[in-house]
Amino acid sequence: MRVHDALSGALLAILAIAVLITVSQYPHIPGQDIGPSAFPGLLAVLLLGCSGVLIWRGLRAERQPLIVLGAWVRSPQHVANFFLVLAALLFYVLCADVLGFILTGVIILSVLFYSLRVPLLLILPVAIGVTLFIHTVFYKLLRVPLPWGLLQGIGW
Amino acid sequence: MDALLQHTATAFALVFDPYVLLVILCSAIFGLFVGCIPGLTATMATALLVPITFFMPPVPAVAAIVTATAMAIFSGDIPGALLRIPGTPASAAYTDEAYKMTLKGQAEIALGAGLVFSAIGGLFGTAVLVTSAPALAEIALKFSSFEYFWLVLLGLAGAVFIGSASILKACIALILGLLIACVGLDNPGGYPRFTFGNTELMGGVSLIPLMVGMFAVSEILRFVVNMDPPMTIAVTRLGSVFKGMWGLLVKYPGALFRGSVLGTIIGIQPGSGADMASWMSYAMSKKFSKEPEKFGTGHVEGIVESGAANNSSLAGAWIPALVFGIPGDSITAIGIGVLYLKGLNPGPTLFLNNPENIYAIFLVFILANIIMVPLGWLTIRLATNILRVPRNILMPVIMLFCIVGSFAINNTVFGVLLILVFGVLAWLMEENGFPVAPVILGVVLGTMLEETFVTSMIKANSNVLVFFERPISAGLGVATFIILFWPVGSWLVRKYLRPTPAH
Repeated sequence: MRVHDALSGALLAILAIAVLITVSQYPHIPGQDIGPSAFPGLLAVLLLGCSGVLIWRGLRAERQPLIVLGAWVRSPQHVANFFLVLAALLFYVLCADVLGFILTGVIILSVLFYSLRVPLLLILPVAIGVTLFIHTVFYKLLRVPLPWGLLQGIGW
Repeated sequence: MDALLQHTATAFALVFDPYVLLVILCSAIFGLFVGCIPGLTATMATALLVPITFFMPPVPAVAAIVTATAMAIFSGDIPGALLRIPGTPASAAYTDEAYKMTLKGQAEIALGAGLVFSAIGGLFGTAVLVTSAPALAEIALKFSSFEYFWLVLLGLAGAVFIGSASILKACIALILGLLIACVGLDNPGGYPRFTFGNTELMGGVSLIPLMVGMFAVSEILRFVVNMDPPMTIAVTRLGSVFKGMWGLLVKYPGALFRGSVLGTIIGIQPGSGADMASWMSYAMSKKFSKEPEKFGTGHVEGIVESGAANNSSLAGAWIPALVFGIPGDSITAIGIGVLYLKGLNPGPTLFLNNPENIYAIFLVFILANIIMVPLGWLTIRLATNILRVPRNILMPVIMLFCIVGSFAINNTVFGVLLILVFGVLAWLMEENGFPVAPVILGVVLGTMLEETFVTSMIKANSNVLVFFERPISAGLGVATFIILFWPVGSWLVRKYLRPTPAH
């Protein structure tokens, strides 16, 4: 996905201004010129300058649409893959505590395997095997408290 | 001298411990595997290793990273020669050359040269690291906040202004990184900045989820939308890779030496690493070669030189990382993060207080480059099988690994949210020609830059001229300004002093 330089410059300029507004409310340290706002403020001014140049360059360059989508956008398969990866991460954030690591992991892997066209017969065995392997490494060997969730009662 | 011997003995005991040796062996295999798979880079190997090293003592933690990266940089040559797809960006410079050799039936020579000269280059870089780092640390002990301020700025300027396709975009990436470093309580005022009232952000954006997101999740996104046709393997049977290597060594000692020296220097120079080293030394090899017309037709000379260069740059990059805490490339940026996590804050005092750990790291470098030869040989033997590993199974597995790794750092799902955000950010940046490495350098060095800047300003009573009063500080300051204004200056010269050629 290619964003036009003028548009990305404008977005960066908005970010820089937002930073400037935020740091203007930071407290001053009495008797000191430099407080917590100095460094981010300086960075925001630099960013504003850079985004100005980026906008200027973007406008001077050949006319282009504001956003050029990659060829993959026309392939529903690839669009699904892309959003499934993002959805899988969000799914983990939202559901891991309730479902537990093992169930969440198996679901995420199975869905992604299916979407990436792994042979159907392989999907569940590989998903379960890999999840249990990662669980063993992190939970048993490295002692990371991965959530059990629904499997709490039968946890090992 | 006695102290040196004693530290070396302690270092030997630290490294030649069954646990550490096992870690080195496993990370070597991991590095060789990751480097061999196109789409998985050496930086990604490092980012994936960090969550595991988090649970190790300092020496094996650093050993794992050093070994895995050295192996991954070498094994990136393998798919380059067999598929014409570089396994890591550091092999891209001579991928076409190696593939042409494969088509001529010389795959084993291309791979053998990659292996043997990678190891020699790596050992050369290590020798420079071992000899120069302690000496530099002696000098660095005298540095005050002024010198450190300039050093950090010099490092960041180098990252942006040397070898970037677009200096403007690299600059923006760097500023974004520095702004990310501002998040949290860790600033001279102790005031919570940009936390949006979120307690998770009080401690700042954790480096590990950030790197896992930017280097691994973004790579997964790129894979799932990739529409390139499936790859084809050029050969299935390979002969002996060591045959004829001695002949090459005798024929091209100059190329080997040039590549190793240039690679080490590029590694030391902050902000550019193995990728740059291999591109530059390939170009240099062509320039100095007696038979430049053979380049691009399947000629081994360039592979000898840049194969040595990209591995020697790895060790070179650790010199500023260990001595000043300033990373030479994105891999050492991750390495520095690990050193901080382990309480081994990089800097000259590390050489005073923990010399045995430093010597242990040196030993690991030597060991890694030596075991690269047999393990690399094995990988080349198995290469056609490794390349058949289905990536549609591998990528989701890597993603689950990323999730667990980012969760494990603070045991909260906030880390998973971070890898999502930074994965998408890095993917968008790369699609639009913004380099990602400056972001990482900005995040790693941001706190140090602000701290040294504020301390120096307070010491100097806000008088900027004091930044140039101490001799080394002034020298570093001038060097920084030269790098900063080089592009502007050369642009002005081109525009106004030279007549523009007629169209």
